[in-house]
Amino acid sequence: MRVVVEGVSKTYVDPRGRPVEALRDVSLSVEAEEFVALLGPSGCGKSTLLNIVAGLLRPSAGGVFLEGELGPGRPATAMVFQEFALFPWRTVQANVEFGLEELGVPPRERAARTREHLSLAGLAGFEARYPHQLSGGMRQRVGIARALAVDPALLLMDEPFSALDAQTRQLMQEELLAIRERTRKTILYVTHNIQEAVFLADRVVVLSRRPGRLLATVPVPLGRPRDETLLGRPEFTATVARLWALIRGEARQALQEAPA
Amino acid sequence: MSARVTAPDRTRALERREHPVLRVAAVVALLVLWELLTRTGRIPALFLPSPLGVIEAGVEMLRSGELLTHVATSLRRIVLGFGLGALGGVSVGLAVGFWSVAEAVGNPLIAATFPIPKIALLPLLILWLGIGEASKVAVITLGVFFPMAINTYTGVRTADPLLIRAAVSFGAGRWSLIRKVLLPSALPMIFAGLRLGAGTSLLLLVAAEMIAANAGIGYLVLHAQNLMETTNLMVGIVLLSLLGVASHWLLVRLERLAIPWRAS
Repeated sequence: MRVVVEGVSKTYVDPRGRPVEALRDVSLSVEAEEFVALLGPSGCGKSTLLNIVAGLLRPSAGGVFLEGELGPGRPATAMVFQEFALFPWRTVQANVEFGLEELGVPPRERAARTREHLSLAGLAGFEARYPHQLSGGMRQRVGIARALAVDPALLLMDEPFSALDAQTRQLMQEELLAIRERTRKTILYVTHNIQEAVFLADRVVVLSRRPGRLLATVPVPLGRPRDETLLGRPEFTATVARLWALIRGEARQALQEAPA
Repeated sequence: MSARVTAPDRTRALERREHPVLRVAAVVALLVLWELLTRTGRIPALFLPSPLGVIEAGVEMLRSGELLTHVATSLRRIVLGFGLGALGGVSVGLAVGFWSVAEAVGNPLIAATFPIPKIALLPLLILWLGIGEASKVAVITLGVFFPMAINTYTGVRTADPLLIRAAVSFGAGRWSLIRKVLLPSALPMIFAGLRLGAGTSLLLLVAAEMIAANAGIGYLVLHAQNLMETTNLMVGIVLLSLLGVASHWLLVRLERLAIPWRAS
């Protein structure tokens, strides 16, 4: 499954009735089994773009297209949210089952697929817990298991680890890479963290500050499977430096702007 | 040699101890004082019957079956009225919270009718539904309906938009959204409404039974006063207090069952 974003623009109307341009003519594609990171300074519209791909926002112009055969009962996308967005009244098990329920998967198959994805995400033994009984890292594992369980053609991740502490984030990044190795998912990953983008992705798409435009697409010259030893490699450091050079001026200007 | 000082403990002002003995002792002391006061013979039993006398009268009424009739009659009215009001209030609250059309129609209607003291509608309800059970149940239903509808509506409107987005991103339709996101989001507010409604319904029950009834706890209280049977009147008041405590206890239990994710 190939995902193509074609000439997408988005203009909001703010509460005072003034138009705010969030995205301007963004085009990109994600190839099958590719991991693409969407990188940009805060407020650049990268989450807006992700929401448009997820079908949670309507673009003002342009469109999102899926190319390839989507099997029956398979959703195009599933999302992992920055603030986890778990249902507090559902146990871990029931949270992961949510998407399957909405797809109309029968209960027995639902339970089996849930069990499989809970163990994939390292949640075996936590089925009966409620989200408030889990740490941040464990909660996001539930978020990932819930998204993977519906077997989406494209996995969307909106800064999934930015609410976690630095150590947990590092561990979760490595876990995500391991999950990707096993599932071969096509992933579109939004982040403002350059190291994270380079560590995880095959390709980094850089957006400018508001209105978000495509600044550059930078391939990451690192193979897979990856682990933390990669963080000291010269290719890693060079790619990080290259991205920082691209984004530095944008971030500085974004810093001095009043929030829209 | 340098001085060595213990770091000061500043928590004294925050200290709050439990006093389990004092809790019980206060109630017992009040009862004993009351009993002693009535035993002095200075206060006529017509104004203040003794606690032991009230218990005795209660046991006597229980034996004669009179008590059971009044309690059963009142319970039937309150359970029916409360149930109908809660069901209607939650349904209307969900609808008004979810559909913009229902909100446009329902909100001004609720705002206009909500401030009416429901007991003022009893004469009208008697005119419409007759003097029997229906008018008494209806006035309780109305009294419970409004806090339930308003609380449910507020609960739905304050549901976390992130959770709504998450549900929609997994393909949830309208019905799923209401059942699996909005209703559970509103549950804490719904239970707050139920507690409010329980108090209101007890008040309306007694008022309705005092205005037009020949059985029920409210009738018992008023009738006893007419006959100057103050001890029996007190039995009725104690019953109402017990009913209030029991309904509160039941709702707390129910809330724990219905909202297990809140129990930590």
